Amino acid sequence: MKKINWPIVLAGGLVGLAAVVLTLLGNPVNMGFCIACFLRDIAGSVGMHGAAVVQYFRPEIVGLVLGAFIMSVATKEFRAKAGSSPMVRFVLGAFVMIGALAFLGCPLRMVLRMAGGDLNAFVAFIGFAAGIGIGVLCLNKGFSLKRAYDVGKAEGGMLTVVLVGLFILTLVAPALFKVSEKGPGSMQAPVFVALAIAAVVGAVAYKTRLCMAGGLRDGMMFKDFRLLFGFVAIFVVALIGNLIMGKFNLGFAGQPVAHSDHLWSCLGMALVGWGSVLLGGCPLRQLILAGSGNGDSAITVIGMIVGAAFSHNFGLAGAAASADAAGGVGTKGRIAIVIGFVVFALISVLHLPEKEEA
Amino acid sequence: MVDVRGLLCPMPLVKVRKEIEKNNPATLEVLFDDKGALDNVTRFVTGLGYKTTCTEENGDYKLVLTK
Repeated sequence: MKKINWPIVLAGGLVGLAAVVLTLLGNPVNMGFCIACFLRDIAGSVGMHGAAVVQYFRPEIVGLVLGAFIMSVATKEFRAKAGSSPMVRFVLGAFVMIGALAFLGCPLRMVLRMAGGDLNAFVAFIGFAAGIGIGVLCLNKGFSLKRAYDVGKAEGGMLTVVLVGLFILTLVAPALFKVSEKGPGSMQAPVFVALAIAAVVGAVAYKTRLCMAGGLRDGMMFKDFRLLFGFVAIFVVALIGNLIMGKFNLGFAGQPVAHSDHLWSCLGMALVGWGSVLLGGCPLRQLILAGSGNGDSAITVIGMIVGAAFSHNFGLAGAAASADAAGGVGTKGRIAIVIGFVVFALISVLHLPEKEEA
Repeated sequence: MVDVRGLLCPMPLVKVRKEIEKNNPATLEVLFDDKGALDNVTRFVTGLGYKTTCTEENGDYKLVLTK
């Protein structure tokens, strides 16, 4: 299975290009797309947390889900399914978010940070890969969250409808939503451009099954590197874009919205990797699955939003380095990550097959 | 028969691979409800030397593998 899958490579290239373009248009540097950060910003915009610098109803999230929805309907592949351990998925999603916000990025942003020269992200990648390895061990032991079943179409389309509805509300009743006046939440690409670009990315990501965790997972499990090529393509295109635009800055220090707390970045991303494998896909993939009808992934997305709210309300998120402070993951965040590992271990053990099924 | 309907990746591939490794069947039927999973498994078993035929039934897909 070493043949290059060009649709996935092109999809990855498109994602990398879209990320660079969105940064040029106003999104934070090395954050053209960040599922964790953007879900966190949405949580802030509706008042689920009070971190004033990260509050904005990111149209990119709406676009990704909508793009997947439209593509799945257009190809007659939309299928409303649910019932595969939704509460467990909610909790997994919440801790994946806690881990990601400790590092200050989802796996997609990790790759974009790498492409921006942020060496901290290369270190965190080691943790991410280790977490995926743990998840693969669980799958090889027979871990399963059981199957989903066909459900009513409303169940499958509900997250898309809710996100689009809230997005429309941001346009007709903007005073209802919080918007940062400074910090990352205040850095925004134009609304409809961001929505449109993300919708195209969502459609392409749906069709190609692009998944940041899947690339490493399938490589470890099946020696299948097709999805990994997509991961590499995102990196290469974003790197070239950053070099051309003069936004490449190689080093550990002085990176935008980043810190050098390597151990806890690694452990946070290990939680993300492990959780993503147990969930069947990274945070980006969860959005895409939710858009294409998967009610369990919709619950996972809600779990991630709640996890983001917890991260900022309880002081779990990593603090970006600044001129005055080194930043990093505080004590409460470290405790939360350790709890996350314990919870994931319990979930993993509880969902292994009985001896006679193995 | 292996039923992989309702499973997220890579579980369909994991279940089929496990069945093949355990029993080395000359023929095997696999039920899918997701085209992506169908494509992945088809690619995998073709690489193992199986021939495949696929039919669609009530929105599900039945893949028949034969050696």
